[in-house]
Amino acid sequence: MELAIFLIFSALAVVSALVVVTHRDPVKSTLSLVVTLFSTGVLFLLLGAPFVGVLQVLVYTGAIVVLFLFVVMLLNLQREARSEGGGRLQRVFAIAGALAFLATSGVAIWRSAAGTAVGALQQDFVSLTAFATELFDRFLLPFEIIGLLLLVAVIAAYVLARRPEGSVAAAIDEHHAGSGAGGSEVTR
Amino acid sequence: MSVPVSWYLMLAAAMFAIGTAGALTRRNGITIFLSIELMLNSVNLTLISYSRLLDDRTGQVIVLFVLAVAAAEAAVGLALFIALYRHRRTIDVDRVNLMRW
Repeated sequence: MELAIFLIFSALAVVSALVVVTHRDPVKSTLSLVVTLFSTGVLFLLLGAPFVGVLQVLVYTGAIVVLFLFVVMLLNLQREARSEGGGRLQRVFAIAGALAFLATSGVAIWRSAAGTAVGALQQDFVSLTAFATELFDRFLLPFEIIGLLLLVAVIAAYVLARRPEGSVAAAIDEHHAGSGAGGSEVTR
Repeated sequence: MSVPVSWYLMLAAAMFAIGTAGALTRRNGITIFLSIELMLNSVNLTLISYSRLLDDRTGQVIVLFVLAVAAAEAAVGLALFIALYRHRRTIDVDRVNLMRW
């Protein structure tokens, strides 16, 4: 049973990951990432980390991917243009490098595979109480710092993405607002 | 009969390789970002696998932190892309090379 679930969801993860990096339409790439992240979440459940698995689905596919989709729609991106030469060498080397990495780590994992058999999941390993104790006891300070980091990131995102005062775009908007046909007053 | 942890590690390595190839070959900024998320995700899978193998919950806690960092990274990165698009009307990284050389 566990083997069947593993095989189905790992195949799903690899195939959708390939779609993410090969599809030319950014919207479909992003939606394919949802499938990858969800499959990985299921594998987290299999590995005895139900809380992290649920969090993966909630945070990653629920929040981060929606953010991606929102930006893709906002920027109204077209399909990526074909590479006009020049990038071919880079493409070959990138794929060769990725395959070299896969081969190296594959050999390393293969050689140490004998020691990786695990028994059945224990009740207290899966327990949420033990996880929470670990998180809020040993890792309390990192947890607080992560909260601070998220706050900084939100402020940074706001500062970067807001329309600056007196920018060209704002000036164009002002112009359009000013030259509109007499009666229609455009206010912002 | 549990699935050996090495199978999960193998899957994570494959997903990391796919993400690397994607991040290096694509030119659309958003797709590069998606590939980086893919790589982060495969690292998470590795951490959870070792947490299971070593019977130690530390890996799961670190994955929680990686999730938070990924969220922060996505927020700032996408804001950068919006700012970039506003100035250049493109997020093709081949045409945004002012700081590359």
